Amino acid sequence: MDLKLAHSNKDGIEIVDVEGEIDVYTAPRLRELLIELVNKKNYQLVVNMEKVEFLDSTGLGVLVGGLKRVRAHDGSLDLVCTQERILKIFRITGLTKVFGIHESVDQAIAARKAEK
Amino acid sequence: MATVEVTFTPLPVHVRTARLVATAVARRSGVAESLLDEVRLAVGEACSRAVEAHLRHCPGQPIRVELTDDGEQFEVVVTDAVPETADGPAAADGNGAGSQGSSRGHGGSFAVLDGEVPLRLPDGVGLAVIAGLADDVRIASAGAGTSVTMSWKRRAG
Repeated sequence: MDLKLAHSNKDGIEIVDVEGEIDVYTAPRLRELLIELVNKKNYQLVVNMEKVEFLDSTGLGVLVGGLKRVRAHDGSLDLVCTQERILKIFRITGLTKVFGIHESVDQAIAARKAEK
Repeated sequence: MATVEVTFTPLPVHVRTARLVATAVARRSGVAESLLDEVRLAVGEACSRAVEAHLRHCPGQPIRVELTDDGEQFEVVVTDAVPETADGPAAADGNGAGSQGSSRGHGGSFAVLDGEVPLRLPDGVGLAVIAGLADDVRIASAGAGTSVTMSWKRRAG
């Protein structure tokens, strides 16, 4: 399945909904969207990965890149993911310690607001 | 002789095809359903790594994927054609990801976007992912390039 991207603002936090496969072919599109959002001064991001069917290290690189960009503006990039097969690659690479990973968008927003 | 052999031009779009073929052959070969996602991800990582190296050094050369289900193991070998000297020392692969021998031509693979943010994580991350997914991983010189061999146990019978 190809990659579908959408984004919307909720409580001042930009929610990026990702659906499909994030790999070496599709990851550049996600990267471009994250760059576009940061360039438009959206520094609080939540990437909803509940409909992601596949994620490889190229996708991880894009997410890490996005995190670096928002952190340069004291922002944040949290993830929403409950799928074990997607979480596994975060565990293998140790990135569970780098990203805030939440079970729902609402939980991610609440966690972000609690940190403010 | 491999059970199934695939060669593809080094374009990112074809990595998905390689993943699909590997998953289908693994299922047919008796790899447990619970391991198929691991096969898919590991083969994708190996192919992505090869594609990136080929695009930089030998875009006209194909990448070869061999899938074999002899014996108790299901084995996948991804072979690139990137010369050893293409990137200099293979520094980025010193990650303890089960590598053996040289990882020729991939060492400096750390594409940088506008001098700040990496487009891809270092090569070692992909290898670490593969090592975390496959039962066994071997990296070796193969002809003019490098082969990544991954294997998983097949179900008895």
